[in-house]
Amino acid sequence: MFRFVLHRLALIVPTVFGLTVVAFGLVRLIPGDPVRVMAGIHGVSPERHAELMHQYGFDLPLWQQYLGFLNGLLHGDLGTSLITRSSVLSDFFSRFPATVELSLVALLLALFIGLPAGMIAAVKRGSLFDHAVMGAALTGYSMPIFWWGLLLIVFFSGYLGWTPVSGRMDAWFFIQPITGFMLMDTLLQGETDAFWSAVRHLVLPAVALATIPLAVIARQTRSAMLEVLGQDYVRTARAKGLAPWRVVGLHALRNALVPVITVTGLQVGLLFAGAILTETIFSWPGVGKWLVEAVYRRDYPSVQGGVLLVALMVMLVNLSVDLMYGLIDPRIRHRRS
Amino acid sequence: MSTLPVTALQEPQPPRALQAPPHPLREAWAYFAENRGALTGLLIIAALVLVALGADLLAPHGSNEQFRSALLQPPAWTSGGNWSFVLGTDPLGRDILSRIIYGSRYSLLIGMVVVVLATTVGTLLGLVAGYVGGLFESLIMRLMDILLAIPSLLLAIVVVAILGPGLTNAMLAIAVVYMPQFTRLARASVIAELQREYVTASRVAGAGPLRLMFVTILPNCLAPLIVQGALTFSNAILDAAALGFLGLGAQPPIPEWGTMLADARDYITSAWWAVTFPGLAILVTVLAVNIMGDGLRDAFDPAMRRS
Repeated sequence: MFRFVLHRLALIVPTVFGLTVVAFGLVRLIPGDPVRVMAGIHGVSPERHAELMHQYGFDLPLWQQYLGFLNGLLHGDLGTSLITRSSVLSDFFSRFPATVELSLVALLLALFIGLPAGMIAAVKRGSLFDHAVMGAALTGYSMPIFWWGLLLIVFFSGYLGWTPVSGRMDAWFFIQPITGFMLMDTLLQGETDAFWSAVRHLVLPAVALATIPLAVIARQTRSAMLEVLGQDYVRTARAKGLAPWRVVGLHALRNALVPVITVTGLQVGLLFAGAILTETIFSWPGVGKWLVEAVYRRDYPSVQGGVLLVALMVMLVNLSVDLMYGLIDPRIRHRRS
Repeated sequence: MSTLPVTALQEPQPPRALQAPPHPLREAWAYFAENRGALTGLLIIAALVLVALGADLLAPHGSNEQFRSALLQPPAWTSGGNWSFVLGTDPLGRDILSRIIYGSRYSLLIGMVVVVLATTVGTLLGLVAGYVGGLFESLIMRLMDILLAIPSLLLAIVVVAILGPGLTNAMLAIAVVYMPQFTRLARASVIAELQREYVTASRVAGAGPLRLMFVTILPNCLAPLIVQGALTFSNAILDAAALGFLGLGAQPPIPEWGTMLADARDYITSAWWAVTFPGLAILVTVLAVNIMGDGLRDAFDPAMRRS
């Protein structure tokens, strides 16, 4: 197992290195002059322009700029935002918990509905339920979630008036961040009203964000279950007279879960892409909205640092899924090492 | 001795090896045609293509024609509706049905351009990487790993930020985002096929690398690439609409469906129709392509076939 972990870690090093090159390169390709962007509509005198270009190191050759970027990176410095003038790293991490909270709730929602739905669909293959679940899953998978989010707002916020339209919490509550997760912070401080406010703000974005992972998980669970249910050991379990729920829920599910876990892990990248849209629609103060705004404002260091950090997070999640995969299924561990 | 009279009595039959097996595409089509859902998807797409081609005849109004006396007119069947604007009008008094009809041109165009670009460039890179191997392969595949690690929409947004917003740049960006999957698929198939005997036979017969890659190996790797192509088509339409919605794709007044949603966004509580119908058009198109893609996968994947 140790060798397997080392092997996977070694593979990731060149990719991370390449990632820094790509993040650096992409942002340097943006046309326009960063100093002029900072100056805004007021413009800047030629002398001051040269001075600022020098101050930020934009006048150095590209490879020196890259080395400087890499050096800062190793010291945990991702640069300074051109707009807020604060460190990109702290800007990112002050918004990161909001995105994680939203994504986690969405993922849990997707798992809690998707797993049982896929299992029952597989067991009752060809039934009305199976067709309904698969039809719904295909629709969910094809859903433009920015539109789905708007529809949810039209119906639940506009027509029924049940939920607020945007934000994370009603403005009159003040909650000292401890974990950064509103649901936990409000409870830790015993603010139940604030907790319910946070829940009402979270429901619609979480449902919108959960839609695609839910569809993918239901479909994957069904097909993995169908494959496993046809195997000899399941027939043996049935033949020796085990209760049907035991055969399905314990014997079959355990092996069907392996591909489901992989697919769930792969959803994290997709979940983030979804978070960009969901956060923009619901004005959720997370990383996705922040990045889109950084692109709008041509805030180069923020885009560069943000892309790098997000890609790193996605890679870390994929890596841990890979490792978990090896832990659950010994065949994989031994084949690769 | 005793076998002679028996063969003499039977009809002369060609040896087994001379009977041509059904062409793989014909066989796949037979499986595809059995799948009612997939056929429905194909029919919807065919209908969409007709709508896109005949938009000038079908649309009741021009895509940018403004009716200033009929701003935010509700759909015809609701109270206050008017049958000259079946799906109502948008905040600028443009007929939503006509804009959706003209918008189908953009969505189909986006899907096709992205699939063609991503497939040709991606497959070419994968084919060469798998065939040549070595340093070239490592470089290409690591680059693809990096591109795959960045969430697709984020990468598309950054590429659009570099190139500038607009329909053409959005298509390029989305093609870049979906290229790595074709490279991976093509490379994996090429590596598997390279060890087959028919490739060795062709090589022994004197085929050069280009002939081996494109004539001998490529046709045998097509099935997964075609399935991925269908998936990419629907994803491209979704992502282009998302970029349009974020204001980074097609720019107003182009009646691209995502851009239409962005235009109507401020009126969601007062004019539900301006938001509902363009999104519905996206959903139906993407759903049709996905159903068809599922059918294609089942048709091409022998493991999924009912034997």
